[in-house]
Order: sequence, then structure tokens, then C-alpha cells
Amino acid sequence: MYKYIVKRLLLMIPTLIGAAVLVFFLLRLIPGDVCELRMAGTGLYADPAEIELCRQNLGLNNHIMVQFFNFITGFFIFDFGDSMWTGKPISFEIGLRFQLSLQVAFMATFVAIIISIPLGVVSAVKQDTWIDYVVRTFSIFGIAIPSFWLGIMIILGLLIVTQAWFGEPWMPPIEYVSPFEDFGANMAQLIWPAVATGYRYSAVATRMTRSALLEVLREDYIRTARAKGLMEKIVINRHALKNSLLPVVTVIGIEFAFLMGGLVVTEQVFNLNGLGKLFVESVLNNDYNMTQALVMIVVSVFVFTNFIVDLFYAWLDPRIRYS
Amino acid sequence: MTMVSEVRVDSEIKDLSEERPLSQVLIKLTRKYPLGAFGGVIVVVMIVLAIFANVLTPYDPELNSFEHMLSPPDGSFWMGTDQFGRDILTRIIYGSRTALFVGFSCAIIGSAIGLVLGVGSAYFGGLIDLLFQRVMDVFMAFPLIIMALAVVSIFGPGTQNVIIAITIPFIPRCARVVRSSALAIREIPYVDAARALGFTHSRIILRHMVPNVMAPFLIMLTAFVGQAILLEASLSYLGLGVQEPTPAWGLMLQGGAEEYAESAPWVAIWPGVAISLAVFGFNLFGDALRDALDPKLRQQ
Repeated sequence: MYKYIVKRLLLMIPTLIGAAVLVFFLLRLIPGDVCELRMAGTGLYADPAEIELCRQNLGLNNHIMVQFFNFITGFFIFDFGDSMWTGKPISFEIGLRFQLSLQVAFMATFVAIIISIPLGVVSAVKQDTWIDYVVRTFSIFGIAIPSFWLGIMIILGLLIVTQAWFGEPWMPPIEYVSPFEDFGANMAQLIWPAVATGYRYSAVATRMTRSALLEVLREDYIRTARAKGLMEKIVINRHALKNSLLPVVTVIGIEFAFLMGGLVVTEQVFNLNGLGKLFVESVLNNDYNMTQALVMIVVSVFVFTNFIVDLFYAWLDPRIRYS
Repeated sequence: MTMVSEVRVDSEIKDLSEERPLSQVLIKLTRKYPLGAFGGVIVVVMIVLAIFANVLTPYDPELNSFEHMLSPPDGSFWMGTDQFGRDILTRIIYGSRTALFVGFSCAIIGSAIGLVLGVGSAYFGGLIDLLFQRVMDVFMAFPLIIMALAVVSIFGPGTQNVIIAITIPFIPRCARVVRSSALAIREIPYVDAARALGFTHSRIILRHMVPNVMAPFLIMLTAFVGQAILLEASLSYLGLGVQEPTPAWGLMLQGGAEEYAESAPWVAIWPGVAISLAVFGFNLFGDALRDALDPKLRQQ
């Protein structure tokens, strides 16, 4: 097992370095740089000398390999430097928005779990009946409906419903409040994006729950449990569901790593100042440091989640360890 | 030996076609996969709309008409008009052309490259396979939306670049699935036999291995069409995809749908319905195809 862990850990390194190389050179292919954009933003005549000075200060004039070396060493000591756009440390900029994005991500996961597990179970137990078809249609729609459109529809629905009931339209607040300060206001803002993201997220998990449970329900020990006269409810909950949850947990874990991508669009719709929005802004501003840092964080989370999942499987199934 | 594998494929096709007339096969499949058949109907309707767009609607999808700005749905504009006075239904019908074009181009190019790379990687094995897998790992771990943002920032927005941006992340996903099927095929003696006969690598890969990984390939291909349509809509919505005045569903939602959501909800509602239905159709169809082609699932 130790040999396997070491091997998997070593395999993570080329992936991380590959992603670092990719993002570093991809960004430098984008025409223009942050200094030109910053000067253009002021609307005043851009003095070439000033742009040059700005480049000098940000280290953009250094040899490209020196820049790359700084970025890689920064990554391994967890110091990405300062944002090229705002000049503030990247850890500070990310810290500002981290709480919001993390909260939406957790709430979306929660929404996904409470939708997917009961629906998946019902769908498997009632396989090939109309209930199964309704659940499957519902979950396929979850993948098909663009979450940004669902977001627009939720806002529109809120406006219409509140207009009809209270006489004046109500919109979720735009300013972020920590849940520890004002729980109600926090929920009023974040519950909607969590539902929009969570529904999509639940679709994959529902399908996984259904197929995993169907597989387990064909096992001999389920027949034994039924034969000894256990109630169907106990057979499903105690014997079948518990043993079918592993792949579901895996899917939820892997999708969590992908949430960042989903949040980019959702945060745009709900006008949330989170990591997704920061990401789009940093690419558009040519803020190399910030984009590199965000990409490396997302890739690391992804690679690390995969690593944990693989270890978990290897622990369960010895054949994987030795192949 | 080449003849054996090629003849076998031919005879299989003949068997299938001689079994029953097409109409009966369709009815049987509809009974077996009702959801898949429903998806198939949506896909066919979408293709018909795209082909006959200029016959089906009297309006021009790109011509502004300022006397009809944001007019609500009525007899002449069934789904209302947008902020430039263009008929929404017309733009949705023409938008299916954009969606299908982007969807199929990305799916076909992405999965074809993935197919060759995946089979090649499995065939050569060893160091090549290991290196190739690491490169694929990088592309898999790299967030899709970030890749798309970068490609669009480098080449600028536009339909062609959207296709590039969406195709790149599809390649490793297809390659990985195909590779695992191809690994099993490599062990079958006819590949050894072909090698013993002195065939070139490309011939063995393309004529002996590729035809035998068609099932996972087709499953990936249909799944990709729906995903590509959804991604194109998301990118266009973010302003990074298809550009005005080309009719595209995601773009229709970006161009003020949020602003006018309250006063003119039809601007925001219909394009989203179109996207959802299209992706829904392709997903249902793909699921049914997977059930039909994957013998392991068929037993259930």
C-alpha cells in the first residue's frame, strides 16, 4: 500500500507542473498586457515610458524563464505574490471572496445530496415504472438546463411572486453578509445560487445513486434479507443503500472539485463577488499572477480529490494496488 | 488476416439490415427505450428546423426593426420580439443552426482526435502511453471554462474560436474512454497477426483497432453534442462566444435578457427553453444509445 501511495503521489507532480506550464504560456499568448490595459482604463493618453516603468515594476520585462521560475517556486512555497491589477497580495484578494464561494459550494452540495439520494432510491426501487421515468426526466433536465438561465428564471420568479403577494418586487440582496452576523440576510442572498447550482449537481448524483442501488439490489444477500422476512424498508435502507453509497460519494467528491467552473457562470447571474467572478476578471485584465494562482488552486484541488478517491478504491480493492 | 476482421464487420452490418424493415425496428426500439425515442424526436425536429429555417419563418433573424421593439407575444410575433425588434421565434429557429453547427463540429472533431490518440496510446503502450496519459491528465484537470476563456482571449471571440475552445477539452475525455477499450483489444491475437504480417502501425490502428472501439466512441460522440451546445450557450452568455448579430441562444440571453426580465420576460424565457430542450434531447438519445450498445448494462 505504501508503494502505491508513493507512486500515486509522484504521478501528481507531472500533472501539476504540466498545468503550470500550460497556464503560464497560455496567458502570455493573450495579446496585450496588464500595464497597457491599466493605462487604457484611465482614459488618458498612455505614456510609453510609464507603461515601460509599470512593466519593469511588475517584473514583466524579466526573461520569460525567470518569470516561470518565480511562479513555480511561488507555487511550492504557497506565495503567489501580488495581484498585477490591484497591487494587493493575492492571498488577500482570494481571502475576501473565498468565504462566499465556499459557502455557495457547500450549500449547493447540500442541496444536491438532499435531492439526489431520495430520488435515486425511489427511482431504483420503482425501476421502469412511471415514477422512475419522471425522476430520470427530472435529473436529465438538471444536466440540460443551463444554470445561468435557471438563475435568471429564479430571479424572475421571485420578482413576479413577491409582486403578486406583497405588492412590491423583492430581489435577493447584493451585499454579502457573513452567516455569523446575520443568518437570515445571508441565506436570503445565497440560497438561490445554491439551488441553481445544486440542481445541476444533483443530476449526476441521482443517476449514480440509481444505478449503484440497482446493482446492489441484485446481490444474493438482498435476497437473503428479504427471504428472512425483513421489511422492505429495512432491506433498502440498511442493507442495500449503505453498500451502494460509495460510488455516489465519489461522484459528489469529484463534482465538488468541478464546482469552481460552475460558479463562474452562476456568480455572474446573481452578481456575487466570489472566486468565479474574480477569475473572469483576472483573465480579462491579463492579471497573470492572479489567474495562475486561481488555476493552480483549482487544479490542485482536482488532483488531490482524485488522489483521495484512488486511495480509497485501492484500499477497498487490493487488485488495483498490484496492477 | 485483414480480410477476416473486415469481412466480419461487413457481415454483421448485413445481418442487422436484413433482419426487419426499418419501420419495425424503429417501433421496437421506441417500445424498449421510450425516453430515448423522445430524445430522438427532439433531435430530428431540431435538425428540420435548422435546415428549413428560411422557409419556416417570414422574418429576418438579423434585421433590426425599431417600431416593434420588445413587443409582447401576439399573432404575428408568437414569442414576442427582443430589444432590437427582432422576432424571438425566428432567432430561435435560426439559432438551432448555430447550436447544431457548433455541437456537431466540436463533438466530431474532438472525439475523432480523441479516438485516434486513445487507440494509438493503447497500441504503442510503454513510455509513449505513460507520457500521453500524463498530458491527458493535465488537460482533464484544467478547468474547462478557463481553457475556453484563454482561447477566446487569445484568438478573439467568434464561432470558429468557440469551436476550438470547446473541442480541446473533449479530446482527453474521449481519448481516455477509448484507450481503456483499446487496451483490451490490443491483447486479441488478430492484432498480433496483423503485426506479424508486417502492416504499418497506422494501418493496424485505423483498420483493425478503431472499428472495434466504435461503441464507446459513439457514446462519447452523442454525449459531446449536448455538452457542446450547453458550453457554447454559456460562453456566448458570458460574451465570449458567438457574436452579434448571429442568432445564438446563449447570446440571446446575454443581450439584455436580464435587464428586461421583468418588463419583457419572453426575451429571457424562450431561448433558455430552446437550449434546455435541445440538450435534453441529445442526452436522452445518448443514454438510450449507451444502453443499447453496452452489453454490460443491457443485462440489467
